[in-house]
Amino acid sequence: MIEGKNKSSIIRMFHVNKNYGAKKALVDITLDIPKNELLFISGPSGAGKTTLLKLLYLGEAVSEGQVLIEGMNLSRISSKRIPLLRRKYGIIFQDYKLIATKTVFDNVAIVLEAIGKKRRFIEKKVKSVLRTVGMEDSLHSLPLSLSGGEQQRIAVARAVVGDPKIILADEPTGNLDEDSADIVLELLKRFHARGATVIIATHDKELIRKTGGRVIHLNQGYLQKTTTV
Amino acid sequence: MIFYYKRALQDIIDHKFLNAITIITIAISILIVSAFSLFFVNANEIINSWKKGIRIMAYLKPGVPEVKIPELKQKIKRINGIQDVRFIPKSKALQLLKKQMKRQSSLFENLKENPLPDAFEIRLIASSQNQDKVEIIATRLESFPQVDEVEYGKKWLGRFTNFFNLFRLIGYAMGGLFFMAAVLIVANTIRLMLYSRREEVEIMRLVGATDRFIKAPFYIQGLIQGTFGGIIGITILFITFMFISSSVDQGFSPGLFTIKFLSPGAFFGIILYSMFVGWIGCYISLKQFLK
Ligand SMILES: Nc1ncnc2c1ncn2[C@@H]1O[C@H](COP(=O)(O)OP(=O)(O)OP(=O)(O)O)[C@@H](O)[C@H]1O
Ligand SMILES: [Mg+2]
Repeated sequence: MIEGKNKSSIIRMFHVNKNYGAKKALVDITLDIPKNELLFISGPSGAGKTTLLKLLYLGEAVSEGQVLIEGMNLSRISSKRIPLLRRKYGIIFQDYKLIATKTVFDNVAIVLEAIGKKRRFIEKKVKSVLRTVGMEDSLHSLPLSLSGGEQQRIAVARAVVGDPKIILADEPTGNLDEDSADIVLELLKRFHARGATVIIATHDKELIRKTGGRVIHLNQGYLQKTTTV
Repeated sequence: MIFYYKRALQDIIDHKFLNAITIITIAISILIVSAFSLFFVNANEIINSWKKGIRIMAYLKPGVPEVKIPELKQKIKRINGIQDVRFIPKSKALQLLKKQMKRQSSLFENLKENPLPDAFEIRLIASSQNQDKVEIIATRLESFPQVDEVEYGKKWLGRFTNFFNLFRLIGYAMGGLFFMAAVLIVANTIRLMLYSRREEVEIMRLVGATDRFIKAPFYIQGLIQGTFGGIIGITILFITFMFISSSVDQGFSPGLFTIKFLSPGAFFGIILYSMFVGWIGCYISLKQFLK
């Protein structure tokens, strides 16, 4: 029914199930995300928000169904091309996933190093992104010496430093005070305005209300309803 | 590129002790392998020079008339495998002996007659220079009625060659064993390194790093371990060699033979071999770790 109709879809999920052993984390999810949408995935704890995002970047494989990213079927992608898939994304992980042994600068720079950017470019770009999230004074700190909110801002910086096509943000403001949350939200909006597709998983109703957009409601793995705020 | 080296060096600094152990293990195995090759190179040289010098002396019974000598010489020459026959009359033999033993010349002064026999010195063609052929020729010579005794002093050469071959076999076995030991140690070090960086590796993968990008620093680390291990091993061998060869030179008459150190080619060959040890150890553990 949906197939082939919407050419500008960047992400499509068809009847996706995800089980962790006997636990059903996602049940029969069908979803079509157009290019440059700003989409919220909301739902209570354990609803399957993080799991849904993981399926998109192959952090986990689907149990049943299909996921297509820019027409690429993730069930048939060769392991060699997985890095190329992941470079489409900037991901803000719920648990940040910062490298504890590397400085703030190196944590952010690694995204650009991995794609072979020049040293000089990396220096400039990383510093400018860190300035945007208000962390330019912590270049040489180690992540664990920072507060939760500060770590989250580093995670945001790393997610956007490569100018990704798609941003996956898993509770991007979960640990932030209102002012910092607003900065991060502005940053995500700015990338959205520049053409990126932005998917934000959150149970923060206030955040959704402030921003507006399509909202997917998950509950215990089921797609309950779709609303637009 | 700089990034790879930075990470490899960081790993080595972070795990000094582990890396030191690895490098020492490589050094020891390189030391053993290269000590064996050094021994073979020199032993081969010595054996070859002895082989070249293989000659048979056929001493004649006293009283063989001088006129019969050319005829006998021709007969000997006709034996298969002989290159050259030279007659050494006893007078010449005595002269030679006196020359060799100048200091003891007083010994010869009161000799009434020459005690030495006439002799033929027989040199063999290259293909006859082995134990079996030498023995066959010697038996032929002994069958001449004029010949009193045949001497080809280096009977023990054959035994030595056998011993040498056995030793070579042991060398290969030891080389193989130490190669495996070194490879396993490197593999283990890299595995620990990977383990201590598993979170980082996982995160790098999530942000789109290729396996090549992730693996390169580990390979560099393996190669660095191999190179340093190789250099240290050869250096120890060289120092030991200098020590031994200087004391050997004092003990033996110089010029008998000179022991040589490994050629520059062999030197670089061993360093390359050592780097290969580092590389292959790395390859093994990366294959296990990053499926
Ligand atoms: N690796 C895993 N192994 C087993 N069960 C898992 C795993 N990851 C998630 N689950 C289960 O799947 C369900 C959905 O988890 P998920 O992390 O997607 O929830 P979530 O919506 O992100 O929740 P939260 O708001 O707390 O982050 C939960 O019941 C969780 O216990
Ligand atoms: Mg979650």
